Amino acid sequence: MADATAWLHPLPGATRLSFCGDEAAQDAAAAALGLPSSAMPCRAVSVGGRASLWLGPEERLLLAPLNERAQLLASLEAGLAGHAHSLVDISQRQLAFELRGPNASLLLNAQCPLDLALEAFPVDMCTRTVYAKSEIVLWRTAADRFHVEVWRSFSDYVLTLLHAVARELSARP
Amino acid sequence: MLLIHCPYCGPRPELEFSYGGEAHIARPSPPESVSADDWVAFLYLRANRRGLQAERWRHVRGCARFFNALRDTTTDQFLATYRCGEPRPDGGGSASP
Ligand SMILES: [Zn+2]
Repeated sequence: MADATAWLHPLPGATRLSFCGDEAAQDAAAAALGLPSSAMPCRAVSVGGRASLWLGPEERLLLAPLNERAQLLASLEAGLAGHAHSLVDISQRQLAFELRGPNASLLLNAQCPLDLALEAFPVDMCTRTVYAKSEIVLWRTAADRFHVEVWRSFSDYVLTLLHAVARELSARP
Repeated sequence: MLLIHCPYCGPRPELEFSYGGEAHIARPSPPESVSADDWVAFLYLRANRRGLQAERWRHVRGCARFFNALRDTTTDQFLATYRCGEPRPDGGGSASP
């Protein structure tokens, strides 16, 4: 990126699972993943390379390294036996990139209407939202670092806009 | 931008939401003994109030949940939002769901 105060880089392919279930099923899924159980709205919990992102009261986005897919599905299947739930592999539906640097929130806020001040959107907060006309999932992984999930077919649109915004910022007097 | 208070996520920008029509419209039951007039009322007839109205909204670009809101249709002011299944907080309008 031309602007030296924010860096964007693609994240490696990952295992992505869309999970829906009630509280008991959520606890069972968290246990199968080796993650602490959490029902806190708009918050992510992560341990090692695995993460569970709260997207709705009954919906989680589960992320893990690509090579853990088979093992993960097996432990989830075993742990969720007897729990009504839905589990969909969406690994290929979307891709992710990381936006890092003191201007990261400024770049996002050019097309995302959320309040991204650290007090309003603290570290570990995550949510589905929009970037211009595209749906994204935004997860703040550090004060100046965001993990962004975007649907594969929308990624060109989002990345082109991000670069356009970065050019404008770097052209500022 | 107008902020709408999602009962699950808190205050969020208006463009993450979509409007879902008038709230608290009970589906008539049992369907086999509902008259044509009652079906028409359920499907099509809406109060379209000028002033305070209970409405369904969906935080479609957030938690994706439906919820209900009390909104003044003349000023666009949201007076309250509440979860589906909860009673209308001002006690107004007709009863249930
Ligand atoms: Zn919400």
